[in-house]
Amino acid sequence: MSVDTATVRRVARLARIKVSDEEAERMTGELNSILGFVEQLDEVDVSDVEPMTSVVAMTMRLRADVVTDGDVAAKVTGNAPMSDDDFFMVPKVVE
Amino acid sequence: MTDLTALTIAEARKGLAGKDFTATELTKAYLAAMAAARELNAYVVETPEKALAMAAASDARIAAGEARALEGIPLGIKDLFATEGVHTQAASHILDGFRPAYESTVTNNLWADGAVMLGKLNMDEFAMGSSNETSFYGPVKSPWRKAGSNMALVPGGSSGGSAAAVAARICAGATATDTGGSIRQPAAFTGTVGIKPTYGRCSRWGIVAFASSLDQAGPIARDVRDAAILLKSMASVDLKDSTSVDLPVPDYEAAVGASVKGMKIGIPKEYRLDGIAAEIDGLWQKGIDWLREAGAEIVEISLPHTKYALPAYYIVAPAEASSNLARYDGVRYGLRVPGSDIVDMYENSRAAGFGAEVKRRILIGTYVLSAGYYDAYYLRAQKVRTLIKRDFEIAFEAGVDAILTPATPSAAFGIGEKAGADPVEMYLNDVFTVTVNMAGLPGIAVPAGLSADGLPLGLQLIGKPFDESTLFSLGAVIEQAAGRFAAELWW
Repeated sequence: MSVDTATVRRVARLARIKVSDEEAERMTGELNSILGFVEQLDEVDVSDVEPMTSVVAMTMRLRADVVTDGDVAAKVTGNAPMSDDDFFMVPKVVE
Repeated sequence: MTDLTALTIAEARKGLAGKDFTATELTKAYLAAMAAARELNAYVVETPEKALAMAAASDARIAAGEARALEGIPLGIKDLFATEGVHTQAASHILDGFRPAYESTVTNNLWADGAVMLGKLNMDEFAMGSSNETSFYGPVKSPWRKAGSNMALVPGGSSGGSAAAVAARICAGATATDTGGSIRQPAAFTGTVGIKPTYGRCSRWGIVAFASSLDQAGPIARDVRDAAILLKSMASVDLKDSTSVDLPVPDYEAAVGASVKGMKIGIPKEYRLDGIAAEIDGLWQKGIDWLREAGAEIVEISLPHTKYALPAYYIVAPAEASSNLARYDGVRYGLRVPGSDIVDMYENSRAAGFGAEVKRRILIGTYVLSAGYYDAYYLRAQKVRTLIKRDFEIAFEAGVDAILTPATPSAAFGIGEKAGADPVEMYLNDVFTVTVNMAGLPGIAVPAGLSADGLPLGLQLIGKPFDESTLFSLGAVIEQAAGRFAAELWW
């Protein structure tokens, strides 16, 4: 299976990464190289094989439902490019 | 005073206990060595004030007879680990200025055992690469050079800074991470020892995530004993990482020097690739002979799905990465490039912030997870993963204790040498290592010889889940037989 430049643009949109025309062209070739490489997986008989979701068999540990952290708004917003009053500031989202 | 940076961790530990020198003197020796080695570009940030403060605290502890396991030992930390208040950027532009308000569990364990932080080490951006050439801070020069050549070589990746720093003796040991080979391949390229423990052995909390089902932290060190010492401190169960496993951490150092008589070593025939370099094959045979001489039994085994590990990895890892890297959007941390609206801001920030390899992997990952392709790619790759793991389980059930393979298909190459158009060529560096991450098993790379050009070559041992001790025992046998290799100082 291979992709065309229009598909690359669509995927870039999904991934929220702006690509120039030149980049889209170049990446189409690179992605097709990778997709060509992974095509060999089609050779494998995977009928009746469960997908592997965990490398070590384990049930997820649960923790007690108690508050053990919090009240650190300054730390949480400390690295923000723009913040005010413990909020993260962004361009308007909703018209 | 003899050059303190020439001491291994075990030797430094002894010297500090015997009051031959102080922790402050040891740290100062490393800081000087680091300053003299800046051309290597192994460190992205040096933390001399912090290091000296930590060393002073260690000296107080030693004087009071309260020395902990790693008291006063100066370490370098891969830029992927969150170090409180200190630059942590995963060698990426998109995390510009990020200083975590928290410490990763692994590094916290090291500081709790008295280690000293020298600085943050260079790496491939977001741990995506096999040569340290995708770093926002530029490539790392390996301390190793081909005989009679000035050509700058890669130290491997993604933990290139870690491996180079250990080999150049500008830290006593280093932390690193391994998702597809990023500890073992650079260790093999630089004549150092690197171990990727079993998935779940070390906590991933506070480590910038690349592929959550594959990532694992581990040490790179000068020898097998040092690697065992570091792993003992790094490993722990962690309630903050639900994938970390609650098993006691053995005294790994005790396994170094233990007898390997009667151990069954599997030699997987599928790792003998068509066109495998003669010197790699020759080294593998030497390793087989050394283990046999030490009393191990050698058996040929088959891991039939070996060749599918690399393509399956290049679906699973980018898919997980596309999800993990979605958080870098210019909102809460890092680089923000303004846009006409919020989506434009996301798109601009991510386009400017991520390097080319990272973008490639995010796009592949997004594509294989997208509607209509999920079954054909991601689900299929996860099924192949089950088969890869099953191959190993069958071998271990048949009585194999560990598996011996080459670590890399070649010695280190030149910086820029693989800058050609095809990204897959770089991926092939990991052909021997990715199977281990896909199966969640532990794997160690031990220096085993030099190439015809005088560059390090390593052998890999793959173990049963949580049986890192066996890897240290076998690794020590190879190390004893192969001898030690040190890069000549040219910087």
